[in-house]
Amino acid sequence: MAEMETEERGGKAARMPRTGMRRRRISRLSAEKIDYIDYKDVKLLQSFIAENGKVMPRRLTGVTSQQQRKLVEAIKRARTLALLPFTKY
Amino acid sequence: MRTYEVGFIAAPNTADDDLSKLNSQIEQIITDRGGKITKIDNWGRRKLAYRIGKFDEGVYTFVYFQGVGKEIAEVERRLRVTDFVIRYLTVRTDEALKRAEKLRSKRKVSLAPRSPDDDFDLDLDLEDEEMEGM
Repeated sequence: MAEMETEERGGKAARMPRTGMRRRRISRLSAEKIDYIDYKDVKLLQSFIAENGKVMPRRLTGVTSQQQRKLVEAIKRARTLALLPFTKY
Repeated sequence: MRTYEVGFIAAPNTADDDLSKLNSQIEQIITDRGGKITKIDNWGRRKLAYRIGKFDEGVYTFVYFQGVGKEIAEVERRLRVTDFVIRYLTVRTDEALKRAEKLRSKRKVSLAPRSPDDDFDLDLDLEDEEMEGM
């Protein structure tokens, strides 16, 4: 019985449509041709951190892996100088 | 020559005199060692993203300079021993800037010869469609 229950739940979750997820194919970085990601550009970096201060995953922002690496570096630098929070709440 | 930028936060209650004194000291340290200041950027008072010690805001200054690297130890020592500096960060920027420049020029180059190719592709597509129609 318990086995059937879990099976059913699993099936339901798999069929659940992904709603409310932002699917951005092209990021602002590519669109605006930003090659140098400056850690002092707080406004830009803020668009790549979540509400709680975490770095947003690539799958939500659509940046390339190279861009993501530079972003992470810049965000970490900005955090050191208290331009961005390590965490909120 | 490498390019660096050093940013530091001074406590919000720092006197303007002390701050400008520190700035000229840093300038002195860098130029004495053969470096060259390109720009000093004063952001002024700004709210901190999180509390540092007992401060909620700080006075931001960024110094951009060219040098060979031996300036940094002394500049950082100066910032460390200065009581009203609550945080500092030195970053080497020449390599990243060069890479960014490369990306930019690559994009320009790849844009130019691609347009004839695109036309070619378009023709092909049209032919295919015509074939399907027949």
